[in-house]
Parts: sequence; structure tokens; C-alpha cells
Amino acid sequence: MNTPKNDEPGPTRYPLDAFPHARALGLRLEPQKDGGLHVRVPYDERLIGDPATGVIHGGVVTTLLDTGCGIAAMLKMGGKAGVATLDLRIDYMRPSKPGKAILGACECYRLTRSVAFCRGVAYDSDPDDPVATAAGAFMITPLGGRE
Amino acid sequence: MTGAATQEEKARRDAALERLTLTSPYHRFIGVSFVRMGDELTARLAYSEHLIGNPLIPALHGGVTGALLEITAIMQLAWDELWRGMEAGGAEAAAIHAGRLPKLPKTIDLTIDYLRSGRPRDAYARATVQKAGRRVANVRVEAWQDSRDRPIAAAHGHFLMQNAG
Repeated sequence: MNTPKNDEPGPTRYPLDAFPHARALGLRLEPQKDGGLHVRVPYDERLIGDPATGVIHGGVVTTLLDTGCGIAAMLKMGGKAGVATLDLRIDYMRPSKPGKAILGACECYRLTRSVAFCRGVAYDSDPDDPVATAAGAFMITPLGGRE
Repeated sequence: MTGAATQEEKARRDAALERLTLTSPYHRFIGVSFVRMGDELTARLAYSEHLIGNPLIPALHGGVTGALLEITAIMQLAWDELWRGMEAGGAEAAAIHAGRLPKLPKTIDLTIDYLRSGRPRDAYARATVQKAGRRVANVRVEAWQDSRDRPIAAAHGHFLMQNAG
């Protein structure tokens, strides 16, 4: 189910199977040469928004970028704290290509005592030709729960 | 209109709403449906274990809450177009009842504020069209669970209309 035939092979990927919705979408972490992590969602017909175009629903892109930004913030804190999304703005540049996986490249560019500021890009082949961009603020929480 | 004719028209409008809702496989994947009172829609996200983001809390995934808000905004805009067509009657209404649906609006941007964590139970959402322009619409939308005045999330966004005349 997580390896649709249209999905091209890639480097070693780590599933997020401890998280039910990430597992349902088939989300994987894809390590990058520069040490970063991209989040990937495989193309899946169940996730199509508009069958007239075959394009994946924007809600999946939101989930991908929310997940990627949250993970970027937690990695920056060395895994010692959790995060809860305060807000997230998504800008849609173009539809993703039917049949292609969507990847999220996210970074936490500023960490304060209480808040992590993150941004991310969703793309299907080239991060410089994004499907969507996101910017969000995340509340830092004790591991495993919300304050 | 006679009582029977009114009931028949209501059934046809409910059928049009159901066709519009079921158009998107993703609506079925996360379990969103709509109830309507006249032209006003309320989305219902039926709780399911696979919607959980963090199982330790447990809370709905923020992306699912965001998706619920986006779906509700798009559906309200599409339903408003359908409603105008059905109210217009004649050939336009006949085409809708024969199964022709308007092209869905496309999201330009969406800003989501998360207000409370979503609990593992059903969630609801309602959208208000702030401005319905010919090409672009501005929509506000709120999601809640137990109590309408304790929203779990709110969003506003711009949407590109696909059926501009």
C-alpha cells in the first residue's frame, strides 16, 4: 500500500509508523546528503482532491508541511522537547504532478525559550519549483504532551 | 410549490450535495461529510483512529484539522455556485440535477490558527464567505468539537474560482 507503482525508488527512508495519521498516509523521512531530513508522502489515489485532475488534496500538503516543520523544530532541540502548532500559513504555487510523490523540505530557523519558528517547501521534483511553501510558529512543549 | 414538490426539490438538492462531497477521494479517506440547512453547510469529520497525530496525548493531527478547514471552505464556495444554479432553474438547474458539477475552487493560500488540541472524537466546521469575487474568494472557517464557542482551530484563505463567467 505504501509503495504505489508510480513512485520512483529513492534513498533509505524511515517510516513514521508510531504516528497513526503519518502511517495512514505512508509518510517517510528521507535523509539528505547535507544532513537534513525531507518528509515524503507517496502518490496514492485515495488522497486525490479533484478526480478531474488527479492532483493530491491540499490537506495532504498541509499535513506534510506541518509534520516536517514540527520534526525540524524537535531535531533542533535535540529531541528533548515536543511542539504544538500555533499557526501555519500555506501558499500554493502550483498543483503537484499526478503520480509523483510529494516531498517536504522544512527547517527551524529560529528557536526561542517558548517558540520555534519554522518554514518549509513542498515539491515533487525540484525544491526550486515548489508546489507550496509554509511558515509556522510552534509552541515548545514537554515531551509527549501539551502544556 | 406543493408540499410534495418541495420535498422532491429538497431531495434533489441533498443528492447534489452528496455527489459534490463524494467527488473527492480524500474526503472519503479522512471521513468528511456535510449536513445542510438551506444554503448553509456544516462539515462533520467522523473520528477514526487513523486521524491521530500524536498517540501520547492523543490528539488529531494538525494537518487533518487544517484539511477539515480547507475542505469546508472549498465545499462552501462550490455549494454556493451549485445553489445559484439550482435557484436559477431552467437548463442550468437541469444540468446540475443530471450530474454536472462546477469545477472546484483552488486554494491560493490558507492561514490556520490552532487554538486547542483536537481530541479523539468527531469535529465540525463551518465557513463564511467574506467576499465572493468573480475570480477570487476570501473565506473564514472555524472548527470545533464539543462546543461551538470553544473552537479548536480557525483559518482564513483565498481561493481561485474556476467557473468565472
